[in-house]
Amino acid sequence: MSALRIARLRKRFGAQEVLKGIDLEIGSGEFLVLVGPSGCGKSTLLNVIAGLEKAGEGTVEIGGRVVNDVAPKDRDIAMVFQSYALYPTMTVRQNITFGMECRRVPRPQQEEALARVARLLQIEALLNRKPSQLSGGQRQRVAMGRALVRDPMLFLFDEPLSNLDAKLRVEMRMEIKQLHRRIGATMVYVTHDQIEAMTMATRIAVMHQGEVQQFADPETIYNRPATLFVARFMGAPPMNTVAARLTGGAEGLAAIIGAGRPDEIRLPVPEELAARAGPFRDREVVLGIRPECIAEADRRFGADARHSVPIEAPVEMTEPTGAETIVLMRLGGEALLGRVSPDIRLPVGAPARFALDTRKLCLFDPATERLIA
Amino acid sequence: MTPDPGPATAPAAPALDAPRAAARRAAARPAWRDAIGRWLPHLVLWPPLLVSVVHVLGFTGYTTWMSFTASTLMPDYEWVGLRNYTAVLNSRNWQIATDNLLIYGAGFVVLTTALGLLLAVLIDQRVRGENLFRTIYLYPMAVSFVVTGTVWAWLLNPSIGIQRLVRSMGWGGFRFDWLVDREMAIYTIVIAGAWQASGFAMALFLAGIRSVDADLYKAAQVDGAGPWRIYRRVVLPAIWPIFIAVLVILLQYTIKTFDLVRALTGGGPGIATQLPALVVYDLMFQRGLLGRGSAAAVMMLLSLLLVLVPYFGFMRWRRHREARHG
Amino acid sequence: MADRLTPARVLIYALLAGFAAFYLVPLLVVVLNSVRTAEDIGATSVVGLPRELAFGNFERAWGSYCIARRCEGISPYMWNSFLMVVPATIISTLLGALNGYSLALWRFRGDNWVFGIITLGVFLPEQMKLVPWTLVLRDLGLTNTIAGLVLIHVVQGISFTTLFCRNYYTAIPQELLKAAKIDGAGFFRIFWRIVLPLSPPILIVTVIWQFTHIWNEFLYGVTFTSGAQQPVTAALIALSVSVSEAPQYGVQSAAVLIAALPTLLVYLFGGKYFVRGLTAGAVK
Repeated sequence: MSALRIARLRKRFGAQEVLKGIDLEIGSGEFLVLVGPSGCGKSTLLNVIAGLEKAGEGTVEIGGRVVNDVAPKDRDIAMVFQSYALYPTMTVRQNITFGMECRRVPRPQQEEALARVARLLQIEALLNRKPSQLSGGQRQRVAMGRALVRDPMLFLFDEPLSNLDAKLRVEMRMEIKQLHRRIGATMVYVTHDQIEAMTMATRIAVMHQGEVQQFADPETIYNRPATLFVARFMGAPPMNTVAARLTGGAEGLAAIIGAGRPDEIRLPVPEELAARAGPFRDREVVLGIRPECIAEADRRFGADARHSVPIEAPVEMTEPTGAETIVLMRLGGEALLGRVSPDIRLPVGAPARFALDTRKLCLFDPATERLIA
Repeated sequence: MTPDPGPATAPAAPALDAPRAAARRAAARPAWRDAIGRWLPHLVLWPPLLVSVVHVLGFTGYTTWMSFTASTLMPDYEWVGLRNYTAVLNSRNWQIATDNLLIYGAGFVVLTTALGLLLAVLIDQRVRGENLFRTIYLYPMAVSFVVTGTVWAWLLNPSIGIQRLVRSMGWGGFRFDWLVDREMAIYTIVIAGAWQASGFAMALFLAGIRSVDADLYKAAQVDGAGPWRIYRRVVLPAIWPIFIAVLVILLQYTIKTFDLVRALTGGGPGIATQLPALVVYDLMFQRGLLGRGSAAAVMMLLSLLLVLVPYFGFMRWRRHREARHG
Repeated sequence: MADRLTPARVLIYALLAGFAAFYLVPLLVVVLNSVRTAEDIGATSVVGLPRELAFGNFERAWGSYCIARRCEGISPYMWNSFLMVVPATIISTLLGALNGYSLALWRFRGDNWVFGIITLGVFLPEQMKLVPWTLVLRDLGLTNTIAGLVLIHVVQGISFTTLFCRNYYTAIPQELLKAAKIDGAGFFRIFWRIVLPLSPPILIVTVIWQFTHIWNEFLYGVTFTSGAQQPVTAALIALSVSVSEAPQYGVQSAAVLIAALPTLLVYLFGGKYFVRGLTAGAVK
């Protein structure tokens, strides 16, 4: 049984269509992350799932039940908000039990559920405080407690970590992930932060302009992005996308960056990709290379030596981050980012030698911006 | 802020595997209760909203309609076109009232704004006892115009007020008899009005001055501007919307002025301090000419709209502009 | 730091004190005259210190002075005002809170129009409503009754109270409402448990505003009631008319002081909220 199924969902605000036919389905226990830039429709989609906005067309099913006309309180969901939305005049205890009070859950059961959640989240000591007396992380935890106590079919998170400072955000990210593993609940999580998406999700839906660009597991999203938008949105620094020309010789298919220039670069396309890229032979494509696929010259990618192509390119700038050094280089006239080991010193302005991993090359159709291979 | 130890470090927490019965129960509520739940808010919500809307639109519409009828003591629905309006406009009473409105309006608005601004700037000098001064300057707004009008009538009455006091102190020829002077009586209303409302203007200006970004002061000081220059070039230009708000509110008061005149001069001497609001009351309830009274009231409303419509337009424009510029 | 008395600062304090005197003179005059005898005032002027303390003025003003041929002082009119102002303030505040809540947090189609029209009621001159109110009061059988004035002030006051509350409630984040909906709270429960507990500041502002305004209101009082039904503002005018033959400034001052006292006390104790009400909307 699918925990959440969304079919042909459309929604418009006035003249503007904000959701243009969304189809998603996840099973019980999955962690779905809706990710995209602001205004892509992800929060609206979450609100429609919650029942806080009406669906225009299409259906929303939760646990096999169509809930289009079911009030939010009867959808068997719980939600954690960006601003936490804790009731400011109630204590932590009241905040957590308010929902049960509304549903007329008997007192002893309320106490039991409260105690369980407070122990799970370690907020027992805070129960009698008001939200204004809590730190950001504590508020976050109380908001989670309010959701957890309901033990719902579906947890909805609306950018719950974006109001926290960077350090706390990383900690809470891990906590939510562990919580998910421990209680095995189904979660839908909205964020604009692609790192949150990558680290937490079992499945990611990348949204842009009211459409789902790609709906897949994190690895596929990262390595085989379905569109140029996904390629550029996921990953930091983002994937390099440069114009290239596909040519075929006796030795197989190759992509040429800066074709015709003296510094043109020729990259052999691996056989697995070449089969699908055939129709684009002798045509322009967009070539995608992850920065980590361009490394120092003595790096070897995989067992097959053919996959590590040596290249030489002038270094324009370096950004040492400590763990690695990001290099901006010029390759066949195009600017590309590479990631090299931190102990390599690269003089700016001088050419340097790198190794390029061709296994993870992506080829996009420049017209449709879709992945070819 | 030290992050609290999370469950990450906690000993194995109990799994939330309790039965989902509690959540399921919610679906089993009878339909009629849901129906009531849906409709009751509307039943409670709409009557007061409707009453307010009808009160504003309906009453305005009715009085406007009356102004085109031959109503006298009782409503009479015979249509007479603009006859009431021409009659009112041609009456000496109304002409004096509108002349007075202009004099009083100009004097009152200018004096009140100037006093209010001066007081606000004085109070803004980090003075001791700021609260006391503010309380003193603003208390007239808490008191009825009837009360203040009555008291000012005594003070300005030459036979028992200030003139009498000054004369008894030795200046035998001192004259301050504006209250009974046909030419000058209207200015007594300006004085009493400004006395009553200038504290309000002060409060608005002070709120505005205090809301100016403190960094602006610092920047101006770093630029070497003295206090006077900071007010003139930085603070006052920054609070120009407050000036407009004060102006509109005071003009609105001007047009509606009634109680103060009733208590201070009663419109006299003769009809020397007649104002439109008094003319309306006089026509409707003393002469029993509802049609003409309504026409005069509609003209009051029109003059009010003359002030308010541009103001609301201006506010909309500002909001729009702010929204566009983030 | 600001306490070095430079000439400029002396001037500032002198000006502040001078203006303070100007604003206080009328109040002082009333207070002093309220304990002066008529002969004392008649012999000098209304500005002066009492030669002897005549506290009897208050007694007469409260209980026995003749206003429009009724010799019961202003006490009956004070009660009229209280009977008018208390229910009118409470009812209009509650309805305004409810209106503001639904307009700010339960947006519906046309809500901005409804709010705009209600706001217009704040600016509409009373003169535009006199004739319709006359007819409505007549048809409801409320002519010349306190209940009639309560009705007028409630309906009229909803415009103000709705404006205040709505503007206050728009600051409540929508997410709070969403959270409550998911928790299963309905319209009334959200109002009662979440919005009202957040409301004391605005309710105090509204109550003070309504109390002051209704107490001080004159035109409706004098138009729709007469004789024994009048509120105290209308009675004060009748009082000044009736004393014009033999001026009794001492008694009159006492009466004026008594009539002004409720709003003055409210101002002294709730000044902060009173100012907030005055400046609400204007500064926006």
